Amino acid sequence: METIIAKTTDQKVEAKIAPTTLTGSQAVLEACIAEGADTIFGYPGGAIMPIYDALYDYNDKLKHILVRHEQGGIHAGQGYARTSGKVGVVFATSGPGATNLVTGLADAMIDSTPLVCITGQVFAHLLGTDAFQETDIINITMPVTKWNYQITDATEIPGILAKAFYLARSGRPGPVLIDITKNAQIQSFNYEGYTPCNHIRSYRPKPVIRKNFIDEAVALINNAKKPLVIFGQGVILGKAESEFKKFIEKSGMPAAWTILGLSALPTDHPQNVGMLGMHGNYGPNVLTNECDVLIAVGMRFDDRVTGRLDKYAKQAKVIHLDIDPSEIDKNVKADVGVWGDCKETLPLLTLGIEQKDRSEWLKVFASYTQQEYDQCIKEEIYPATEEMTMGEVIRIVNETTLGNAVMVTDVGQHQMVTCRYAKFNESRSNVTSGGLGTMGFGLPAAIGAKFGAQDRTVIAVIGDGGIQMTIQELGTIMQTGVDVKIMILNNQFLGMVRQWQQLFNDKRYSFVDIQSPDYVMVAKAYGIEGAKISHRNDLVKGIQTMLAHKGSYLLEVMVGKENNVFPMVPQGCSVSEIRLK
Amino acid sequence: MDTNTEKQEYTITVYTENQVGLLNRIAIIFSRRKINVESLNTSPSEIDGIHRFTIVIHESRSVVIKLVRQIEKQVEVLKAYFNTNDEIVWQELALYKVLSEEITERAKVERLLREFGARAIAIRKDFIVFETTGHREETNKLMKALEPFGLVEFVRSARVAIIKESSGFHEKLKDFESREPSEEVIENEYLGKREAVFTM
Repeated sequence: METIIAKTTDQKVEAKIAPTTLTGSQAVLEACIAEGADTIFGYPGGAIMPIYDALYDYNDKLKHILVRHEQGGIHAGQGYARTSGKVGVVFATSGPGATNLVTGLADAMIDSTPLVCITGQVFAHLLGTDAFQETDIINITMPVTKWNYQITDATEIPGILAKAFYLARSGRPGPVLIDITKNAQIQSFNYEGYTPCNHIRSYRPKPVIRKNFIDEAVALINNAKKPLVIFGQGVILGKAESEFKKFIEKSGMPAAWTILGLSALPTDHPQNVGMLGMHGNYGPNVLTNECDVLIAVGMRFDDRVTGRLDKYAKQAKVIHLDIDPSEIDKNVKADVGVWGDCKETLPLLTLGIEQKDRSEWLKVFASYTQQEYDQCIKEEIYPATEEMTMGEVIRIVNETTLGNAVMVTDVGQHQMVTCRYAKFNESRSNVTSGGLGTMGFGLPAAIGAKFGAQDRTVIAVIGDGGIQMTIQELGTIMQTGVDVKIMILNNQFLGMVRQWQQLFNDKRYSFVDIQSPDYVMVAKAYGIEGAKISHRNDLVKGIQTMLAHKGSYLLEVMVGKENNVFPMVPQGCSVSEIRLK
Repeated sequence: MDTNTEKQEYTITVYTENQVGLLNRIAIIFSRRKINVESLNTSPSEIDGIHRFTIVIHESRSVVIKLVRQIEKQVEVLKAYFNTNDEIVWQELALYKVLSEEITERAKVERLLREFGARAIAIRKDFIVFETTGHREETNKLMKALEPFGLVEFVRSARVAIIKESSGFHEKLKDFESREPSEEVIENEYLGKREAVFTM
């Protein structure tokens, strides 16, 4: 289509001449192209057939990845969004296709992942008649989407999709679902071109930064003897990694991360003091209750981070930076709430804060690190036992990748171990299901992560429970040839639940002894190379072989059956009651 | 009284776009937390194109603040306020259907209706419908009083409320709408055209 873009004087409106007739379906694809979406994860079906028919002619401009289940599609979209920093696009049909997206939407909602999901819907005149594959996906997904909308007329498509992409990516990102009835997909209309959206009158992506709060925060930091910075995914979503580094470096403050903030600051940065929360590091947890000023950047004080709230950082003045005003004071009362995009607020703070040497305070963290290493870490990464540990597997991965790989994890013990021990040099390298804790996330997310970062090595670390939830996506790997290294850490248990049953339910192992198929044979059936490692002697070689292999590879590592992840803040306990064993 | 934890009645006023489904998005914010909505009214506001929700809940101040922030976070919400009862002027409307023979035969009923300032808005041979407006306690009182005298139907509207200190916002809203007029609500035009459409 020939279009000429002209800017009128008073408004940024793209006036386009030579309008064309397009179908609704074509308009959907034009919107995806205009928004820079190069990869779509999807699965066809009756109600979305017109869009798939149009896609047939767009094959050269849009890459469509046929997944094996819509849940796999949306998790792949999430993985893509996380590594690329772009909006993930997912297609699914009506009814079961749409409901299969719900877990991924909830996951993307709680982890602020930008997605645009397009679902087909029955003809508009059939809405509410219990038509074949009709489901009220708009109302089903209302609590798990940042915004959703049903299109019944093709003329709405360009405007609504522009809004969808804008909402997904701006402010605090999140998933958007657009449900399009079949008649609108078929309908031809006068297409006047695509105008991206950058403003909705009732929507404020960023709150206005208030100077007085910046000043108050600066004063608190400058007077602090023992400040602690805790950061979350907001730093990554705001693309504020370098602003964040400057901020902590100028004032010499220690910085600890949530699992979604992981990789925003390189692992070996001298001020990186480790992981917060239930299975986080000893120092940052204990010292949260000893610092005098706690500076939270782009994180939401999840209960897995705070432990018992009434005993969380009560001695400290709390400064909370967040782009979402509803997060301030939601869980932890902030003494100073700095509303705004941290890409803008962090430099303002950096400007005001004084250069300080806080090496004494950092030494306190180092002494805790040493205690943790002696009592806990050493045995995990250099075990003296015959059984292999998850920690030593991750250590060897680090030694082989040197911290340059994208690590995708599923949910459970292996996730905590990977977050604790994996080394990261650059941002957007850790992809995990944080808030929702979605088992089955890992494999499909890794596929998407690779499409989002094609020049990087992508390693999916998955447990023997999680892999069996979305194992069908091996078919997607087979068909697309996408290069994903799959590492199954098999402890022959649903390990995290087993750990809790051991510690809190008197070892009453209720339905956690899950059996596995022969994963290497399963992989082979999908044309994927693989190996199983049962002895330590083969481990280094096995990991090297996996990483050197051209194309996907599945490595199953048999680890100790009843190993636990420590340290641990037991549920209902304060962060200072963290247990080393 | 600790207003942060002590529960009391709050009236939440929400200015929104007029959009299909927004009512549900707002209702979900309450139901997700298992909070009962005492009363909910949707109506146009004084500005054409801007809608207004009036919601009454019984909750603590700290919970109400969080709820209001969640409401404001919704894409189509322009602004949300919360007020205690002394900060607003409010009214509810109630209708009472009473059997005509009871009214005509009993002098006490007539006295009651006068006392409560009820107006007859429909008079039929078999029944009469009265209307009163007031706070919940007042309309309740008349309902209780009428119960022994053939009250056959009673219904009360949601609360509508005016915020005492809101003059500044009106000007802002007016200016806002004139600069960026609201979009039209798009509804499903195809329902009821069933036979005319071929489907598969």
